[in-house]
Parts: sequence; C-alpha cells; structure tokens
Amino acid sequence: MSWTTSRRARLLAGVVAAVAVIVALLMTGLGRDPSVFASPLVGRMAPNFTLPQLDGPPVTLARLRGQIVVINFWASWCTECQDEQAALDQVWQQFQDSGVVVIGVNFQDTAGAARAYVRTDAVTYPVVEDAGSKTALAYGLRGVPETFVVNRSGRIVKHVIGPVDAAGLAAEINSTLGTGAR
Amino acid sequence: MSQLGTYLLLFALAVSGYGLLAAVVGAKTGRPALVESARRCAFGLFAAMAAACATMLAALLSNDFAIRYVADNSALQTPTFFKALSLWAADDGSLLLWNLILAGYIAAVALRFRRDRPPTFPYALSVLFGVQVFYLILINGPARPFASLANPPADGRGPAPLLQNHPLMAVHPPFLYLGFIGFTVPFAFGVAALLTGRGSDQWVSVIRRWTLVVWCFLTIGLVLGALWSYSVLGWGGYWAWDPVENVALLPWLMSTAFLHSVMLQERRGMARLWNIALVIGAFALMTFGTFLTRGNVLSSVHAFAQTSVGPAYLAFLALVLVAGFGLVAWRLPELRTPASLTSAISREGAFVANNVLLLAATAIILLGTTFPLVVEAVSGQQITVGGPYFRSAVTPVFLLILLLAGTAPLLPWRATNRSRAFRRLRVPATAAALVMIATAWAGVHQVAAVAGFGLAALVFVTNGQEILSGLAIGRRGMRGGALSALARGRRRHAGLVVHMGLALVAAGIIASSSLAEQTQVTLKTGQSTVFAGQVLRYQGLHADRQPQRIVFTTAVSVMNPRGGPAGTLDPRMNLYPAATAPIGSPSIRRGIVWDLYASLISLQEDGRSATFRFYHNPGVNWLWLGGLVMALGGAAAAWPARRRDPRDDPGASVTRKRTAVEVGAR
Repeated sequence: MSWTTSRRARLLAGVVAAVAVIVALLMTGLGRDPSVFASPLVGRMAPNFTLPQLDGPPVTLARLRGQIVVINFWASWCTECQDEQAALDQVWQQFQDSGVVVIGVNFQDTAGAARAYVRTDAVTYPVVEDAGSKTALAYGLRGVPETFVVNRSGRIVKHVIGPVDAAGLAAEINSTLGTGAR
Repeated sequence: MSQLGTYLLLFALAVSGYGLLAAVVGAKTGRPALVESARRCAFGLFAAMAAACATMLAALLSNDFAIRYVADNSALQTPTFFKALSLWAADDGSLLLWNLILAGYIAAVALRFRRDRPPTFPYALSVLFGVQVFYLILINGPARPFASLANPPADGRGPAPLLQNHPLMAVHPPFLYLGFIGFTVPFAFGVAALLTGRGSDQWVSVIRRWTLVVWCFLTIGLVLGALWSYSVLGWGGYWAWDPVENVALLPWLMSTAFLHSVMLQERRGMARLWNIALVIGAFALMTFGTFLTRGNVLSSVHAFAQTSVGPAYLAFLALVLVAGFGLVAWRLPELRTPASLTSAISREGAFVANNVLLLAATAIILLGTTFPLVVEAVSGQQITVGGPYFRSAVTPVFLLILLLAGTAPLLPWRATNRSRAFRRLRVPATAAALVMIATAWAGVHQVAAVAGFGLAALVFVTNGQEILSGLAIGRRGMRGGALSALARGRRRHAGLVVHMGLALVAAGIIASSSLAEQTQVTLKTGQSTVFAGQVLRYQGLHADRQPQRIVFTTAVSVMNPRGGPAGTLDPRMNLYPAATAPIGSPSIRRGIVWDLYASLISLQEDGRSATFRFYHNPGVNWLWLGGLVMALGGAAAAWPARRRDPRDDPGASVTRKRTAVEVGAR
C-alpha cells in the first residue's frame, strides 16, 4: 500500500496545524473587553443636573466642581448593579476624604424599590432620583449599570459600560487625582 | 427552585456522563448490554432536561427573582406570554433549551434504533453523549442559569425590549435551534463511520433522512428569523449580512451541498470521503457559529462580561475540527473512490458543480464574516464588512446556482442520452426568455436583476414541468393513478418541489433588493404625501399606557390616487422602562405583489408632527411562501417510505440499491 504511516502522520499534522492557526486567530477575538469602548463623551463637559436625593437635599453637579465625581447609573431591578455595589461603596469609603464624591443616579425605578435596595444592600453614598430619565438621556445612557468619572474641572474622563471593579475604579481616580486641578 | 434546577442539571450531566462511558466501553468491548443501557440513558437525560426547563419556566411565571436569570430577563409587568418566552430570551436560558433539544435528538436516535442497529450505532451514541456532556458542563459551570441572588430585587429588569415586541420570538429560536443542534446527529454517524472504518455506503442511508429533517428545521428557522427582522426591526429589510445571520446560513449551505452530493454516493458510489467531510464541516460551522455568537467575540456594547464561556466554545471547536478532519485524514486511503465522472454534462457533473458553487458561497460568506476578526488580530484595527461586499461577491454564485437548479433536473445520469434533456429545456428556456424580456421592458435595467428573474422562471418552469410529466406518466396508466406515480418518485418529486420553492425565494429576493423604493418624510397632523402611487396622510397620535410600556401609535391613512380609501398604517413607538431609546414597531400592509411598510422615526411637538420612513417592497411575501414550500418539499422527501408495512425498514430499499451501486462501481 502506498499509504504509509508517515504520510498519514503528515496529513494529521497538517490538520492540527490548520486548526491551531484558526484557534489562535479566534483567541485574539476573545481577549477583547466589551465593557471598554471609545465613548464619544470622554473629554466633554459632564452635563449638569440638579436631582433630589432619595432621602436628603437635592444634589447639583456644578456645585461639586473642584472635586472628582463618580456618577453611577443604577436600578433596583438590575443584577449587575448589585454585583458592583460593594466596589462603589469601597471606593466611596476609601476616597471620600480626598475630594471624591460617589453619586448613585437611580434610573427607571420606583422610590419604594430603590429605598429597599439602598437599605438591604447598605448603600452609603448619596443616591438621587432621575424621574423622567432626563439626566440619563443627557448622558446617552444605553442601559444600567453605567459609570462616569468626572474630573475636577467637570470633564468626563472615563465611561464604563457594565459593572465596575474596585481596583480599576480606584486606579482611575488616583490618576485623576494626580493630574492636579486641571 | 434555584436548587431544584441546579440539581436537575447536575443529574443530567451525570446521566449523560454515564451514557458516554457505557457507550464507549460497550462499543470497544462489544458488550451489547452496556450499549443498551447507554441507549436507555437517553430517555432519562431527556426527562431530566425537560424537568430543568419546566423548573425555569415555573420560576419565570412565578416571578422568582431570587434566581438571577429571572431577575435579569423578566419583570412583574411582563405579559405571561413573554415571560414564558424569556426561557430562551438570553444566553443562559437558551442554553437550557439547547440542551433540551440535543437530549431530544439523542432520545429520538435511541428510539429509532431500538431494534435494528447499524454497527456504527454504539460509536454514534458515544459522540452524541460526548457533545451533550460538553453542553451540560457549560451549563453547570461557566453559564449557570439557576444561579441565585443574595438580595432578590422587588422587580426584575424584564426581557430586552426588542425581544418582547413580537410573538415571532416564540417560534424563531426553537426552529433555529432544532436546525442547528440537529447537525449533531449526522456528525455523530459520520464520525462513527470513520471510527469503525465502515465509511463505505452504509452510514449514508442512516443519515440522509436525519440531515433532511434538520435541514427543514434550519430552513424554517432562517425564514422565521428574516420574517422577524422584517416585521420587528423597522428598517424595511430582512437580511443585513450581520455575522449572527451569516453563521446561521453557513451550515445551511453546506448541508444543502451534502443533500445533493449524497446522491452521488447512493447512486454511483462516488464522493464517499467528500460526503463525510461535508457532514463534519456542517457541524463544525454550527459550532463555529455558536462560538461567534455566544462566545462574546462579536462587538456588541451590551454583551456584558460572559468571557468564561468563550474559551470553552473555542476549545470545543478545536476538538471538533481536529477529531473530525483528523479522522478524515486518517481514513483517507480506505475512503478514496476512483474518479469516475464520465461526462461533465450529466447529472453527476451537475452535482459536482452544485457542490462547488455552494461551497464557494460558503467560503465567500465565511471570509466576509471572519475578515474583521483577522484584521483586528493582525493590525488591531476594527473594521466591518458590510452588505456591498456580500451582495457583489455572492450574487454571481447564487445566479449560477439558479441556472443549475433550472437545468440539472433534466440531465440524465452518466449522460447516455442528452437529447431528451435539451428537448425538455425548450419550454422553460422560452419562459425564462419571455420573463427577461418582460422585466427589461417594464423598466428594470440592472443586468443581474433581469438575469435573476429569468433564471428564477427557468427553475420554476423546469421543475414544475418535471413534476407534471411525472403525473402524466401516472395518468397513462402505469400502475395506479397520478398520485401513486408522484408517490413512487417521491424523493425526486419532493426535490423538484424544493427547487420550485427556491425559485420563489429567489424571485422575492431579487424583486425586493432591486425594485424597492423608500422615502423619509416629516408630516404635520392632517398633512399628506404621495409615495409609490399612494396618498399617505398623518391623522394623529394616540398614547397608550400599558403596564409594561408606553405605546405611541400613529395613524396614517392610505388612499389610492383616485381618492378611494385603501386602509391605514399604524407604526408605533414603544417606551420600555429598562431602555432609554424608544423601540419602534413598523406597520406593514402586506400584499401578493408588494408591501407598503411604514416606520415611525421620531415625534415632534408632542406628536403634532411626526417623521416616517415609508418603504415600497415588492416580492417579500414570495420569500416567505418560497421558504415554506422548500421546507414542505424537504419534509416530503424525509417522510418515511410506505409506513403501512412495519417490516419495511427504510434501510432495506437502500440496501438493495447499495448492492447495485457496488456492482456498478467496480
């Protein structure tokens, strides 16, 4: 028979090599993080808002100029928001004395459900209500959770779609703190 | 309920793991008792998966927001119908349905081969259980539909707005899954044939019918997907060459190639290796499609982190490719058949051309779909390959396929007597020429469109004529009437019906893509515009607050030019709480020749003014009808022969034919 074992082995090696090339190619597609994307809002001034707190006086973004503001859009019905809750609280605890404010903007929710969430999930930072979603529209929100980091001069420096992680957010805040008042 | 579901899935994994083990050991050691116990496992597995799906359904209907999947995909105000559909509205839940359907296929195989079993059966069963074990590991590990939440929310997010906007969501995914997952069965028998070295002709008789059934499901799934896109998305079209659409078309093209080339093997003993490669290729393309759509590779802003399943799919794809094509390479010497194509202009030659063209189409679409990935891997740039590439590259191939479907059914095997074929081509060719002249005369100036209409007519008339002549032979008294004549040549006639369906689909695609018109206008209340010979007047807006959404419905009256009323259009805009952007619902007046299609783009001045996009789409309904005809033809071809006689096994007739084939091949 002309079909020797070595010829078979060569063919098999060819198949394996071809598959390896395909897999390597597809693997690069896996490396991409879908939550990071080129947001058109980064670099622009953050749209101002004055929104009533769930339990407290209204908050006006413009009044916070000079501080770094983390704006997190969330809802009680959003499970990814529950996932990132601890991270936001951690960042708030860590940085609230260094001129950083975390604000939760409640999106498309009922006040009752939002209050219950703040209680059971022990949200410590201020939470405002965005009735009518005007602020969400101004920020071009695609869904919740989404998080914006605003620097001291009121410009958006980071836009995260999906849940944030504490380390990444802390790193972003540190670098923004480091760039000074500009 | 979260726990019950979790345990059921673990149980299903254990059952299919045992099934795999018993089938492999039974096959290796030749112990029929073990194989039998593996076969019975299939029913237990199916029951466990059915119970798991029922558990999720119960959780969805009872608003059990302690289960994360329910909180993410359902809400208190979601209508019951869409709550039930949420079972497959997102990744993790659809994986439940996926597993259920695969278990269903395995149970069907187990039932079909309860008595007579081909020698490949234990191996095929092993492969089937192996594939199921993979999908069950996925659903027990990285994707966990029954994962629970520490603090259950008071209400859920609700289904994605687009998915709760139309009842077609109820049928499109299940059919597509039936089509997709079904390729596991031919793949399993193909691999089994390679493993046992019985790659000759026996396996073909086993899987041809399975592949036909799967092909029918996939055809229906694709058509329903196009129909959903057309009826829901509001962009006036039905196919966008989106990667998710493309990867569903790829296995369809390849299995269509297989269903043709399999006849070469049945009749002439040719193309054995080729056929196995096609079956493995179809399954590999299906796995690739699953990886691409579920593995989070495609750009999508709301594809929230699911990265853990991506590598698993990729590893599985690598395994399928290496094992499948590695086995083909290994068995190459035994499976090579002497090339015995006596003439290019013969039925055999036509089947070869059919395969070349279908695979060319597959390659073009695969290239266009993966090209952005390649570019990004090499240069880091993000690009998209859009409709123009696909249209210009694929159109000539599809036109040639039509030419083939319109002539090949006339060609004889081995080309012993071609003059009859040329004689029989006269009527269809005349019809095609007349249609081309008529369309050109009617003002169609695109060469591809004119040729396409002519070729569609050629396909329709040729195949219709062949069916009629089959009837006529029956009427001339060749034993039984016309119907029994049709039934005797059932496989052939069913194939001809599929071709006629293809002609309808082609005509619909050509008409809608080359003759459609559209316009965008802003109308104040009471104002009207003239479009496609109709007077369209904006009558006003009506807001309706429903529990789960707010619906803005516009009223647009349609009048024909003579002033007679021709009906109304009511394109809508829906505001869902969980979405910032409104979701439009188009309104369509469907007709035999053309559709009038309206989308609401935006509302101004509290609805006193509205911007619409109107489309005039010819031929779209031929597409749906043609798809139905194709699927029905496929079903007729797959229908078991002469069911009245229980001893008549479908394999028997093939066995007889096979001996003839083998004699002929030597």
